[in-house]
Amino acid sequence: MGSVAAGAVRHPVVRRLSFVDAFLWAFRLAVVLVVVWGTVGTLRLGRYTGEQWVDFVVFGLAQGGIYALIALGYTMVYGILRMINFAHGEVFMSGAYTAYFVAAPLAASGFLNRHPILSLLLLVAVAAVVSTGVAVLVERVAYRPLRRAPRLVPLITAIGASFFLQYAFRGLYGSGFKAYPEFELFKGEWQVLGIGILRTQAVVLASAAVLMFALYQFVMRTKVGKAMRAVSEDKDAAALMGIDVDRIIVLTFAVGGAAAGAAGILYALVFKQVHFFMGFVPGIKAFTSAVLGGIGNIPGAMLGGLFLGVVESVGPALFLDGLGIVAPYQLKDVIAFTMLVMVLIFRPQGILGERLAAKRA
Amino acid sequence: MALLELEDLHVYYGNIHALKGVSLHVEAGEIVALLGANGAGKSTTLNTVSGLLRPRRGSVRLEGDDLIRVPPHRIVERGVVQVPEGRRIFGQLTVLENLEMGAFTRTDPQGVKEDLERVFTLFPRLKERAGQVAGTLSGGEQQMLAIGRALMARPRVLLMDEPSMGLAPLLVEQIFDAIQEINRQGTTILLVEQNAYMALQVAHRGYVLQTGQVVLSGPAEQLRENPEVKRAYLGG
Ligand SMILES: Nc1ncnc2c1ncn2[C@@H]1O[C@H](COP(=O)(O)OP(=O)(O)OP(=O)(O)O)[C@@H](O)[C@H]1O
Ligand SMILES: [Mg+2]
Repeated sequence: MGSVAAGAVRHPVVRRLSFVDAFLWAFRLAVVLVVVWGTVGTLRLGRYTGEQWVDFVVFGLAQGGIYALIALGYTMVYGILRMINFAHGEVFMSGAYTAYFVAAPLAASGFLNRHPILSLLLLVAVAAVVSTGVAVLVERVAYRPLRRAPRLVPLITAIGASFFLQYAFRGLYGSGFKAYPEFELFKGEWQVLGIGILRTQAVVLASAAVLMFALYQFVMRTKVGKAMRAVSEDKDAAALMGIDVDRIIVLTFAVGGAAAGAAGILYALVFKQVHFFMGFVPGIKAFTSAVLGGIGNIPGAMLGGLFLGVVESVGPALFLDGLGIVAPYQLKDVIAFTMLVMVLIFRPQGILGERLAAKRA
Repeated sequence: MALLELEDLHVYYGNIHALKGVSLHVEAGEIVALLGANGAGKSTTLNTVSGLLRPRRGSVRLEGDDLIRVPPHRIVERGVVQVPEGRRIFGQLTVLENLEMGAFTRTDPQGVKEDLERVFTLFPRLKERAGQVAGTLSGGEQQMLAIGRALMARPRVLLMDEPSMGLAPLLVEQIFDAIQEINRQGTTILLVEQNAYMALQVAHRGYVLQTGQVVLSGPAEQLRENPEVKRAYLGG
């Protein structure tokens, strides 16, 4: 359908290069040059061993799995309401932060390390429940009353809800960093196929994979999952089939919230601390992942998350180090945001998605 | 008491007064045609019955129970189901998944299985394409799917909005055959059509809507002979 629209407004093949076009081409060229130049430089230096590259990739995949889980919430809500839930980063924060107050006493009593798997499951459950509750509350209070308002309006309340949650949680739990207790079991490395992999990262990656698989099956195979897809295609038609559209929307927020809550615990395993502002950057990264994969597209969000995680992790070493940049890792966020900007400009439909504007024509 | 009764419906889109006091009734077992030109208010009437639109005045009653303020999904549960204009199938779901969505409110798996067989008997084409993504079906097949999907809810009253729209003559025949078959199996039908000729052949009674008002009504054979209907809708 994109091709029909494009055909109707096709420009003559030969036309004057506008200033904007020239600028965009220069931008593309600059990015390609930086990447190629830096990569060649790094490889010539030979500063990293093969094992280190593997470490970068594994770390990237683990990080990407977390992004992917958060990204699911953005993409599912977009799919159903055509809006970006900018409070989703705070949904992610609320679960992990609240679960800290379960994790700390568990660790103090020694239960955490006597029953690490059980404790982990418990923490994930607590975080998922809290995040789900917050997500559902945000939908009810900030979005549902505005269902028929112009699109900009819920976007503004989303940002408002985001600030509200940050400061509400700061008020509740304090403004300092809280050190998450560590699991003895997850310290050190496991040998997988002769490669040493940090246990934390293996656990994070495996958990993220299991959760994504379960979510995908839920959306594809269950009656409610199918109803979610039906509602995201055509709300009125879904209502005419007897689907309670509002309930399906709430469920979508709930499922996205649960995934974000679980992601919060995985994040705490890796970074070992929580804070009321911790949702902001992962939230934007996950949003980037969802856009990368084609917003509204569930497998796309998963792939987008993994892709972003890997590029962010490998990128600084691969193409920033070779440029002689002193502290390349400080720039990994720059890589993520450059990717967001580039995708929005050059391929707004994302890697797998349809064009934003063509959707729901 | 009529199975479905609309009384003095006034419906607005903002300031546009789309229905100006529409009253009609459908008896159990009937096929009732609702005819009218573009913009007469036919779809508005069906969407008000389905609960997508709320009238400013008037009532919709199913066996005497008021349906106004009942949300759309509950109206489906009560047995009033619509085949919407333009088919509105779920293009990214498979044919089978679309049919499952039609059965969303059902709690009797055995009955659902029977109805699936019934739909496949009515439209064998859908069975062949059960696993296919619905967006790739032809227009005629999509219409069959839209009808089959609504039947999966086991409706007592089926509201059909221009089921023959945009179909080749042979397919139009097929769809109207199916409509008669569905009615014979016990489903009451309120049929919106621009194809007045075909609609008045299958219907028992009919209403003619003009700019939001019923201007004519009566038994189908009588409407077929009415000079005004002939002139305006039957090209004679
Ligand atoms: N969403 C809307 N907003 C504003 N006006 C509308 C809307 N939908 C319909 N109308 C107006 O209400 C009137 C009745 O429209 P309706 O769709 O019910 O007509 P119809 O008889 O179904 O026509 P058609 O045969 O073209 O489908 C028309 O004048 C139409 O312009
Ligand atoms: Mg219409």
